[in-house]
Parts: sequence; structure tokens; C-alpha cells
Amino acid sequence: METLLKTENLTLSFNGKKILDNLNLTFKRSEIHAVVGPNGAGKSTFASTVMGLDGYRKFEGGIFYKGLSLKELGVYERAKLGITMGWQEPARFEGLKIRQFMKASSKDKKEDSIIEALSILGIDYREYADRIIDKSLSGGERKKFELASIVAMQPELVILDEPDSGIDVASLDNIFGAIRHLHDNGATVILITHSLEVLKNAQYAYLLCSGTLLDEGRVSKIRKYFEGKCLTCAHKNIPLFSELERYV
Amino acid sequence: MLREEILYEAADLKDVIHDPSVARLVINKDKVISSNLVEGIEINTESIKDGVRVRLVVKEGKIIIKPVHLCFGVTAENAVQNIEIDAEIEKGASISLLAHCVFPVAKDVLHKMDAKIRLREKARYSYFERHIHSDSGGVKVIPRTRVILEKEAKFKTEFELVKGRVGLIDMDIESECGSDSIIEMTARINGTEDDRIIIRETGYLNGSNSKGVLTSRVAVRNNASAEIFNKLIAAGDHSRGHVDCKEIIKDNGKASAVPIVEVRNATAHITHEASIGSVDKKQLETLMSRGLDEDEATELIIQGLLN
Ligand SMILES: Nc1ncnc2c1ncn2[C@@H]1O[C@H](COP(=O)(O)OP(=O)(O)OP(=O)(O)O)[C@@H](O)[C@H]1O
Ligand SMILES: [Mg+2]
Repeated sequence: METLLKTENLTLSFNGKKILDNLNLTFKRSEIHAVVGPNGAGKSTFASTVMGLDGYRKFEGGIFYKGLSLKELGVYERAKLGITMGWQEPARFEGLKIRQFMKASSKDKKEDSIIEALSILGIDYREYADRIIDKSLSGGERKKFELASIVAMQPELVILDEPDSGIDVASLDNIFGAIRHLHDNGATVILITHSLEVLKNAQYAYLLCSGTLLDEGRVSKIRKYFEGKCLTCAHKNIPLFSELERYV
Repeated sequence: MLREEILYEAADLKDVIHDPSVARLVINKDKVISSNLVEGIEINTESIKDGVRVRLVVKEGKIIIKPVHLCFGVTAENAVQNIEIDAEIEKGASISLLAHCVFPVAKDVLHKMDAKIRLREKARYSYFERHIHSDSGGVKVIPRTRVILEKEAKFKTEFELVKGRVGLIDMDIESECGSDSIIEMTARINGTEDDRIIIRETGYLNGSNSKGVLTSRVAVRNNASAEIFNKLIAAGDHSRGHVDCKEIIKDNGKASAVPIVEVRNATAHITHEASIGSVDKKQLETLMSRGLDEDEATELIIQGLLN
């Protein structure tokens, strides 16, 4: 399968500290990938860097999308190429209605496809169209609207930063349904997650720790990370190689 | 088109103008051109220099169900308009007013308003003022409002100027609250070119358990400027208040906020929230990551703020 996104020796530092350290990752077109690792590993930073957010543009090495360097491109230009992301903590907008947000995100601007995108997330458009995306929506609700807006955008590459965080058990199926829908429509999906349930949706996974790539492979291999002690171990961003070596 | 029709159309009053169950008062410059009263309301008008003095009384216990339409217009390019309002909402009475200030072709129009509003015990008054201005920026709007709320009265006012050019707006509204009374004062203004916006909102929470919220939402673009002075003073026992000011600036826009919150009673409590600056980065980047360019995303965020 053809490579859609590739990082070459990707390094990003804040105040001299390497947050992303020499990452060489490859994401194949139309596959679902996962990026896992402990708190502070650099997963959200990776998402922000691929999206080109403000403050994440001065990286060393390269990010290539369909062979094209993204280095000089801003968020809008990257979105126009078909790249988008879902935030770990979605934005709140004062006064902006769901109908406006969904229409702005939607590729074809048709009400029918907006209604469909929301229904995949189990949301009734008529009930929510005039609600405002601010603190009056719960955190989990905002996650769902954000994912619905991504479905409506019809992206080619989507990075979802902890799509299940704050989501109740019943709604988890809607989240998985949306991921499947994106995949079925040809999107390449990168799932950032702490959850084995989410990881299981992926075909290939990367394990990061302290900004470096510790391991990669099929989910059956990387899932061992969740079964080991890595998540609960006492270290802070310092990989316990002895622990990991058991699995590699 | 007749002058009054220009006003009715601009103010979206065409439907109500023939409805006998809706009270209205339409003034063009210094003349009352149309009016209708419903039971429970008394309106007397009198000519003053360059304008009209309006005395409005809502009789004790009368609940005016349909909003009363007021229209203050100037269909000329150059004019001065002085409006004086003296309103008394008697005990237990309730009224809601929709005021349209329409200056569709203004080149040099000065609209001054001086309002005194007295809400007797348990009276309710809600006032929504919408401005429709020309695109030339030749309007100066100077409203002064003094409100006195007696026990358990409720006063709510919203001022909206989001279409056409502001020109100069210098508004000053001050309320004095009796016990268990509530004030909500909101202003939403969109400034462009060299518009100048000055908003002074003051609330004295003198009565026990009185409550007040002052809200301003302002966007300034190009060379427009905004100065917001919010003042809330809590002296009554257990009085509560909140000041909330958000201003978005773009281009060479300038904005300042001077909040004064003063608490003179240990059982009272006031909170204050202000943000001034460019559009929130996360909001902007979220919309841009969905394919909106920076200008489109900024416009949508400002539209939301002024909603
Ligand atoms: N703007 C920044 N300036 C300085 N340090 C930062 C900045 N953003 C992130 N970091 C640091 O970089 C590291 C990686 O953060 P990041 O948010 O990418 O972690 P994460 O893997 O997403 O963690 P989590 O699982 O908790 O979401 C952390 O140590 C964080 O404190
Ligand atoms: Mg994170």
C-alpha cells in the first residue's frame, strides 16, 4: 500500500528539550494507525506538528504528505490538502451554533450530509442545530460534535487525539462507527489513544516514549504495552528498557 | 416610497404596523408619524427642540403581552434628533419594548436619547434596541439611560449594532437596584473603518439580594476603537454581580476595558471576566483545520461573539 504520510528524522524542541526526537514514521494510505505511549510521550505534539499549528512549525527533519513537504504550509493549506485533526480537548466557541460549525466544516455544504454525519455519532440534528458549542455542551458532547464535523469534512488524513476521552460506554460505538465510516470512505486515520479498545481498531501502531519511537508493529504486538506495567510504572518520560525488552 | 415606509421596511415593522393588538410609536426626526396604544399603556408625546419627549406609563398590574415597537428614525441625510423618554412601570406591570433606531441614509445625523425609567415594585421591563445605520459612518448615537428599580423589579436591556457602520456611539447606562431586584445589561457592537465605540455600564446593587450582570461583546476592525467602562458596586446584603467583557480586535483596531468592581458589604460577591485581543487561537485553528481560510474563520468567530 502506498505511503500517504511520512516523517523523516522529525525533531521538535521546546526550550532546548526534544519533545519529538528523530521520529521516522510511515502511514499507509487508507489504513488505520495508532500512536500510543505514556502521558507526556509527545503524542499530541506529534498531531499538532503534522497539522502545522502555531508554535509547532519549527521542526527539524521532514514531514511529507503524498511526497510533498509540509514544512512551509500553514494549517489552512494543509487542510486544503485533505489533512485535519480532532483535538484532545476540543475548542469552545462563544455564540457559534452547531449548524454554523457543521456547515463551515462540511465539504459539500449540503444539509443532508451534515444530518448524516451527526447521525453516525448518534446525534439528532434538529435537536442540536441551534445549540452553541460552548461550555453548555459537556466535554463528551463536544468530542462527538468535533468528530461529526470531521466526518462532514471528508478528509483524506485525520489524526484523532484521544477520540474516546470523556466518552461514555454507550457512545463508544458511535465513535468507532465514525472511525469506520472515515476509513470506509478512503481516509487514512491516525488514532492517538490510551485505550486498548481504541487500539484494536488499528492495523498498525507506533509506541512513543519521551518523544522517541520505542516500538512499532501490528496491534497484536503493540497491545502488549497495555498489558505490561509501562502505563503505571513510576518513571516520568524515561523508558524502562528492561520492562519493554520483555515484549520486543 | 414614503418616508414612513422607508422606516417600516428598514425596521422590519411592515407586519406590525397594521396590527391593532401591537402598541407602537414611530418618530421620524422630530415628528410622531404613527402610533397605536393597547390597554394598560399610556403614551404622551410633546415636541421639544429637534425632537420629541415621550412619557410612557404602564398601569399597575398590567402585563403587556406583545412587545411594543418603538421606531426612532431619521430619513434625512443631515439632522439632529433629541428623544427624551420618561417611563414609569407601575407596581406588578410588565412590558417589553423593541426599539429600532433607523438612519438608513445618514451622512451627518446626531441621535441623542435621554431616558429615565422607573420600575416600581415587582415591575418588569425588557428593552431591546437594534440600530440600522447607513454604510457611510455618518451617525453619532449618544444615549443616556438612568434606571431605578424598586423591590423585586427586573430590568433587562440589550443594545445591538451589528449592521451598517457605527460612526460614533457613546452610550451610558446606569441602574440603581432595590432589594431582590435584577438587572441585565448587554451590548453587542461591531465596529469597522474609523468607528468609535464608548460603552459605560454601571450598576449599583444597593438593595439586599439584588443581582446584576453587565455584558459587552465588541468586535473592532480596520481602525475602529472601543472603550468599555463597566462598573458594578455591591453594597446590599448578599448582593451578587458579574461583569463579562469580550472584545475581539483585528487589523488596527484598538480596544480597552476598564472594569470597576467594588464590594462594600462582606456578604456580597462580584466576579469579573474580561478578554481583549485577537481571535482565540484554538478556535481559529479548529476552523482552519476544516478548510476555512483565516479571514473566513475570523469572521465566523466574530459572528458567534456578536450573536
Ligand atoms: N508548548 C509547549 N511548551 C513546552 N513544553 C511542551 C509544550 N507542549 C508540550 N510540551 C511538553 O512536551 C511533552 C509532550 O507533551 P504532549 O502533550 O505531546 O504529550 P502526550 O503524549 O500527548 O501526553 P498525554 O497522554 O498526557 O496527552 C510534555 O512533557 C509536555 O509538557
Ligand atoms: Mg496528549
